[in-house]
Amino acid sequence: MEQTVSYTLDSTLETVDHAEESATRIATELGFAEDEIMQISMAVREGAVNAVLHGNAYAPDKKVVLAFERTAEDLVITIRDQGKGIDLSGIPNPLAPENLLKTSGRGIFLMRSFMDVVEIRPSQTGTEIKLIKHVRGTSAAGKEGSQ
Amino acid sequence: MSMKLSTRQVDGVTIVDCSGRITLGEGSVMMRDTVRDLLAKGNKKIILNLGDVNYIDSSGIGELVSAFTTTKNQGGELKLLNLTKKVHDLLQITKLYTVFDVKEDETAAVKGFK
Repeated sequence: MEQTVSYTLDSTLETVDHAEESATRIATELGFAEDEIMQISMAVREGAVNAVLHGNAYAPDKKVVLAFERTAEDLVITIRDQGKGIDLSGIPNPLAPENLLKTSGRGIFLMRSFMDVVEIRPSQTGTEIKLIKHVRGTSAAGKEGSQ
Repeated sequence: MSMKLSTRQVDGVTIVDCSGRITLGEGSVMMRDTVRDLLAKGNKKIILNLGDVNYIDSSGIGELVSAFTTTKNQGGELKLLNLTKKVHDLLQITKLYTVFDVKEDETAAVKGFK
């Protein structure tokens, strides 16, 4: 059974909370374990923060589109913003000793730590983040697909 | 649950009891303001008791780092107390666990200040 649900949301902090709460609810309904639910909700929260804060920069005329899709093997979460895009090469490694005491720059790292696959790419309107978590009992191919 | 902070003094050390969520927005701002206020008033021995913090995001992690470095830069010392498993795991993943001075016992943490 495949199901998709999507939300078009304002660029606000409330959207970040809504995204996290939706992820928690959907992951719970899909039967993920407690620690996986925490990982999924946190990854979605970080993706939403990225879209609202860094992508759309809280612009009232820009929207965030959040979609959850249950495929045969995965929970696929897509977060799209209408910002100017991310230069991934410009994001320093937060685990490098010289960056450990920086106060920002850990969001994408946390998404990659918690999800099986993370894809970040330009969309037609801004940036699209795709977060994939394998449903328990299906392929656990690991993070080789992370970009 | 939003964030709540309360402070108390024990043997010259300020303990900030934190509960709820340290996340982008109100939680992070409260943490920042509280630590800056303490430092401005000369309270430079600070313990953040995170025993009742049930959620923290990357912004909250950044705020802990900021509190740590701001205190250190002003000649003070900041310790973390009573990490929940979630916060503990996050600090491990981000390699910050060994950067912070993390304690599990309040009395020992208070006595551990120079």
